Amino acid sequence: MKKLSARRRHPLAALVVLLLALAATGGLYAAFAPAEKAQADTAAQSLAIDEGKKLFAVGCSSCHGLNGEGSSDGPSLVGVGSAAVDFQVATGRMPAQQPGAQVPKKKNIYSQHEIDQLAAFVASLGPGPVAPTEKQYTSTNPDDVAAGGELFRTNCAQCHNFAGQGGALTQGKYAPSLEGVDAKHIYEAMQTGPQNMPSFPDTTMPEEQKRQIVAFVRHLDEEPNPGGLTLGSLGPVTEGLFGWIFGLGVLIAVAIWVAAHTTKARKS
Amino acid sequence: MSEDKLPESHGSAGQHEVATHGDPFADPGLPAHEPRRTDIDERAAKRAERQVSLMFVVSMLATVGFIASYVAIDADKIVYIFPLGHVSALNFALGLTLGVALFCIGAGAVHWARTLMSDHELPAERHPIEADDEVRADVIEQFKTGAAESGFGRRKMIRNTLIGSMALVPLSGVVLLRDLGPLPEDKLQHTGWDLATPEHPLPLVNMNTNKPMKAEDIVVGSLTFAKPEGLEEDDEFFQQQIAKDALMLVRIAPENIKDKDSAELGFEGILAYSKICTHVGCPISLYEQQTHHALCPCHQSTFDLADGARVIFGPAGHPLPQLKITTNEEGFLVATGDFAEPVGPSFWERS
Ligand code: FES
Repeated sequence: MKKLSARRRHPLAALVVLLLALAATGGLYAAFAPAEKAQADTAAQSLAIDEGKKLFAVGCSSCHGLNGEGSSDGPSLVGVGSAAVDFQVATGRMPAQQPGAQVPKKKNIYSQHEIDQLAAFVASLGPGPVAPTEKQYTSTNPDDVAAGGELFRTNCAQCHNFAGQGGALTQGKYAPSLEGVDAKHIYEAMQTGPQNMPSFPDTTMPEEQKRQIVAFVRHLDEEPNPGGLTLGSLGPVTEGLFGWIFGLGVLIAVAIWVAAHTTKARKS
Repeated sequence: MSEDKLPESHGSAGQHEVATHGDPFADPGLPAHEPRRTDIDERAAKRAERQVSLMFVVSMLATVGFIASYVAIDADKIVYIFPLGHVSALNFALGLTLGVALFCIGAGAVHWARTLMSDHELPAERHPIEADDEVRADVIEQFKTGAAESGFGRRKMIRNTLIGSMALVPLSGVVLLRDLGPLPEDKLQHTGWDLATPEHPLPLVNMNTNKPMKAEDIVVGSLTFAKPEGLEEDDEFFQQQIAKDALMLVRIAPENIKDKDSAELGFEGILAYSKICTHVGCPISLYEQQTHHALCPCHQSTFDLADGARVIFGPAGHPLPQLKITTNEEGFLVATGDFAEPVGPSFWERS
């Protein structure tokens, strides 16, 4: 009997129980883990929306309404999507410093994390353009610059100038210079049409063409200037002014100098 | 500069032969008159006369050559001419012949004056600008003398050739006026969209993607450029054609469209306007999506696209023409006819 009872607790029994337990846990984990992860994701998402809502209440709601429904001071944000938020806040245009013909670019006071939270909240108000991923606006094909140049001249140059220097619009509005603008923000501006800029949605300008335009604009920044002074790349206006003032000015100065140094002019 | 170079110090240097010690600036007077060869040798005079006439004749021939090359040489012809490289044959011929025609008149006149006209030196006293009767009579007298001395009446060959060459040269200018023609007839009234009829509507092609578009592709606040189907960028006359056919498509929420007729020409708020400014024809597409204003960069004409493209500022005289669009069975945007009025700048016969 003793032997039997002794055998009931075989030295390896503990090990077997342990293995069984481990297998069961592993199985259960395998069965439930994805669901838990998804739960964690939506939790993170709703957390971001909640956080975004708080940030929104502080920074944006005075113009756009507590729930982004808009007011007399600011448009409704339903359906503008996360791309618009990312563009406006990351370039410092929003929150606007003061009402006027156009809200200028200024220093951004939000961290990218906060911007993402704000974007998550605004995106939750209604479907709209989603902020692009790096792959969407980074071009790897060197031919993109040429193709982008063509598209730029068709779609953008009329306002932003052929060298991306920007230009004036009506009643104090203007198309800003594209110099040094982040590739992501150029892409988002085309997607969403900020302020008075018309939008260029994927339906009329496919993603690939936007990427090409971004490649061209970035290229404009890097391009060396063989002539030295660009004079603002504005074309004949600044160049003419430069020619008249500096070119002719120097000639007149030389003429005066020469005239003042001849024998005839010398007082005897 | 040192003192000794100043004018005062020059007189005492005594280097001028005529300057005596008492009068350093004595008038040296005119040198003795030396007759020219043509004054004493009648054969030389005749030869000079023939030379002058020859130049006038060459001028006439060059003018005729100018007109001939204008008529005969094709404007597109390019030739290789040594130091210049590849040049337009027509421009080269016109420039050369007109240059020769004018140069020969000038050179002939100079040669004539130097060899055949009287070469008496005539000192003329300076006098006040207003002339009294006596002086005027004197001038007329001098003119007659001059005319007689030039031998204009006597040397018939020179006179005739000079008149001939001077009469011919202005013809070059008259001939060039032909470049103003031919008259455009009714070309300005039509664009590439006149191929569209209600029975055979013409699809609108997106300038970016080169594909037709559906109505839902155009969202409110977007800007799209379109051309008529069948017009390709490699076509020989693409640039001429697109200068009249270019469209800008905007979509304005129907409740924001102020002009009823304009809304009807569009499709569910999608409006298709000519991109060509009605002032002097710049391409305009500085579209502000919130105000619906389109600005022309050339002279700042501003059009309100929400109000039938009415001119709200600037020199343009007409609203932008609008194209009537709709969708076909497959949902693609199509035009059913040409613009109701001519696109682009105003002109006299414009309706
Ligand atoms: S061409 Fe447009 S305003 Fe003059």
